[in-house]
Amino acid sequence: MAEYKWPEPEKRSLIGKRHNRLDGPDKVTGRAKYTYDVNRPGMLYGKILRCPYAHARIVSIDTSAAEKMPGVKAVKIIQEPGKEILWAGDEVVAVAAVDEPTAEDAIRAIKVVYEKLPHFVVDHDLKAAGDQVRPAGEETRGNPDAAFAEADVVTEGTYGMAVITHCCLEPHGSIAEWEGENNLLVHISTQNVSGIAAQMAAPLEIPAGNIRVRQDHIGGGFGSKFGPDRWGIEGARLSKLAGGKPVKIMLERDAELMVAGARPSVYGRVKVGAKRDGTILAWESESWGTAGPTAGASPLQQIPYIFAIPNFRKKHTLILNHIGPARAWRAPNHPQACLLTMAALDDLAAALQMDPLDLFLKNIALTGQRAEIYREELRIAADLIGWKKNWHPRGDKTSGPIKRGLGLSIHTWGGLGHASECDLTIQPDGSVRVQLGSQDLGTGTRTAIGVVIADTLGLPLSAVTVEIGDNRFPASGPSGGSTTVGGVCSAARRAALDALDQIFEKVAPVLGAAPADLEAVGGTIRVKNNPSRSLPWQQACARLGGMPLSVRGRNPGPGTLTSGGVGGVMMADVSVDIETGIIKVNKMVCVQDCGLIINMKAAESQCYGAMIQGICYSLYEEKIMDRITGRMLNPNMEFYKLAGIGDIGELVVHMMTGKGYDERGVIGLGEPPVISPGAALSNAVANAIGVRVPYLPMTPDRVLQALEKKGG
Amino acid sequence: MRDDDRIRKESVGISRRDFLKVSGISFSVPLVMGTRIIRVAGAPVALQGPGKVPMTFTINGKKFTAELEPRVTLLDALRQEFDLTGAKRVCDRGTCGACTVLLDGKAVYACSILAIEAQSHAITTVEGLAAAGSLHPIQQAFVDNDALQCGFCTPGFVVACKAFLDRHPNPTPEEIRKGLGGNLCRCGTYVGIQAAVMQAARMQKGG
Ligand code: FES
Ligand code: FES
Repeated sequence: MAEYKWPEPEKRSLIGKRHNRLDGPDKVTGRAKYTYDVNRPGMLYGKILRCPYAHARIVSIDTSAAEKMPGVKAVKIIQEPGKEILWAGDEVVAVAAVDEPTAEDAIRAIKVVYEKLPHFVVDHDLKAAGDQVRPAGEETRGNPDAAFAEADVVTEGTYGMAVITHCCLEPHGSIAEWEGENNLLVHISTQNVSGIAAQMAAPLEIPAGNIRVRQDHIGGGFGSKFGPDRWGIEGARLSKLAGGKPVKIMLERDAELMVAGARPSVYGRVKVGAKRDGTILAWESESWGTAGPTAGASPLQQIPYIFAIPNFRKKHTLILNHIGPARAWRAPNHPQACLLTMAALDDLAAALQMDPLDLFLKNIALTGQRAEIYREELRIAADLIGWKKNWHPRGDKTSGPIKRGLGLSIHTWGGLGHASECDLTIQPDGSVRVQLGSQDLGTGTRTAIGVVIADTLGLPLSAVTVEIGDNRFPASGPSGGSTTVGGVCSAARRAALDALDQIFEKVAPVLGAAPADLEAVGGTIRVKNNPSRSLPWQQACARLGGMPLSVRGRNPGPGTLTSGGVGGVMMADVSVDIETGIIKVNKMVCVQDCGLIINMKAAESQCYGAMIQGICYSLYEEKIMDRITGRMLNPNMEFYKLAGIGDIGELVVHMMTGKGYDERGVIGLGEPPVISPGAALSNAVANAIGVRVPYLPMTPDRVLQALEKKGG
Repeated sequence: MRDDDRIRKESVGISRRDFLKVSGISFSVPLVMGTRIIRVAGAPVALQGPGKVPMTFTINGKKFTAELEPRVTLLDALRQEFDLTGAKRVCDRGTCGACTVLLDGKAVYACSILAIEAQSHAITTVEGLAAAGSLHPIQQAFVDNDALQCGFCTPGFVVACKAFLDRHPNPTPEEIRKGLGGNLCRCGTYVGIQAAVMQAARMQKGG
């Protein structure tokens, strides 16, 4: 029986090294087919008529003109008259036609009469919400009143961040086609290849086993693509109405931004108390925010973030409004809780006239089991950004309009690998294929799987074919919560070890050794530490006896190949023009651990990407709702702003590896580095201009407003 | 921008001004519609559409024909008629660069050009960059520097880099930041892209 653990550092031939993505060449040549790129013979184009009002009741729908149009093959009312609509952009009628222009004409020809109802789209003003709220809980621990009384310094602040959208570059959508009455083939852009069929089965009234799900590549998800969504179901229904012809529905950009994913906002008033020497004693917060029409998740559990302040009182209230539903957005609730906490602690440091780095280190024990990790990461990050040299007390006192400042933040995430299975097949000719129903969100999943299998079998990465993106392959978890790389790599490692065991059995007699004395190294099976007694990989596989060897790897399974819980630190260096309010990122440093790293290149890319997304939501991104019309004002990419290549400054990533890190096994990395940028940048701006810009994104108008308040 | 404007003027069968002439006089002068050629102020003007019209394109050195409505964009023609899906539709209104293709060697947003306008130009898509069997140095540089994550923005970026490096064979970081500002990536691959452009510049010089 194999021992299920990761190889010792000196035995790793590929794990932890820098690898190019296996699918890189496909992606740079345009060969990579995304759902949006799937064109099927005889395919129809689906379009959806959406409600223009944030709150309304459908009075009547007349689709007769659309139905008569040449080229229109199916028209389907999604929400019947009488239905109450709760956000602008909700789906009302779907059509399928021979080409896109015709489908668009058909949509325009449909007449819907609505009864408009009062809407509410505000999220930052708890008072304005009236009774449109739902308490999300409150909690008290220790004795906050006594602790605040004992504190030498008490600071208060208001902080918050706006609703942002996922803005996946590949929008949500699918191509659905019926193969006979009862079998559906669906190409869908999803983070959940193995889980989609079960979600489509009930509404379509067919067994989940009859639904084949395919996806080679996905153009972003970030937490918004776990389900088939209503448009996915309606696409399948349109296909049925059209005699089974493939129907493609990909959301237009405005729909994508209006209805296909948003991260809830959070705003909060925070009070912190500490002793003169920086010992943090007490916390009190009242926070609120919106996840749209439904209650949704609350960040209450994560507040105060990471620092287990001994005495606290906290409360969170959800605002119910008509802005459309929220979805998980990379590290749900953490960036919000992080900003509220790290900004409040930064303000506390300023009031104590302390360097926030010293304040964090002084209280590092409050971070619990990862205190030493944070201490080490803070030291490295401080070195990389030149903290001691560049930090100054709040408010850059140099002359001129450009003010420079530093800020820091820490974060954590679970990242325990999800349940995953995989099939590993080794042919007598030595070829190796692994299949699983996973997906590559941009993480480099394919490559990570390939690295683990190849490393274990002693082969080059190019010797392994990795197939994912089909629900006929062994089931693997959805890609959310940084669970994928841990899950799939653990399944792959077990499969490869089991396969090796069987190969050792067959080859041992040839090499005149016991199976337990064999190892797979450098494309050979050999007697341990004796390269002269070896068999090339192909010859060893030829011993399989004419039949391929097939094993199934499972996570969880025996051995501890994954664990959860990482710590990370970010520091930011910014310049702020106090005349224009424009913030420029000079440099950002990310120091991150994630257990055993499989592919260093991809791991670093995750961090770079997270920092850039952090710059986006800290400085630019905001779902802006119009109070009067109840509609989103910027459902496009010119006014829903993302950072461009010129907006990011110098980014530095340092991955924690080696002793104390690797032994924990693989831990996911998608979420952690996206948590801190908001707080680190907010703190850096406060350090630069001497006053807190309370809300993200820190647009020029908000910067100028904050400066003005200080003056007045 | 200015380049795009020029392309538009040169390429259009009916110029904007001709179109205005037509609509300007259409209340007073009866037009004969059947022939697809009308005379406006004595000059013959071709009327296209609104139904499908035959079009011919030169894409990656090959001829392609299709019957398309004049309102169809070059991007949709590439993707839907010719299955050249490398160029992506993301913003569909000239903001994100995902649909970047070359028109006579210049980078343009294929979502913002009508197919009918692109007929007389040499169109190069990402599919046309690599010689058979090997990656273009820019493509190789993207792979080497992990300048892609989900990869949806990548073809647009690769094509934009091609046009950029043709104009700036020795780019400075500042030029990269300006020259590639018309392409957006949601996953955050700009660090890799900066490194890729520098590598590609070295490789193209044979370094
Ligand atoms: S799709 Fe053409 S620029 Fe965005
Ligand atoms: S790599 Fe995903 S959008 Fe750029």
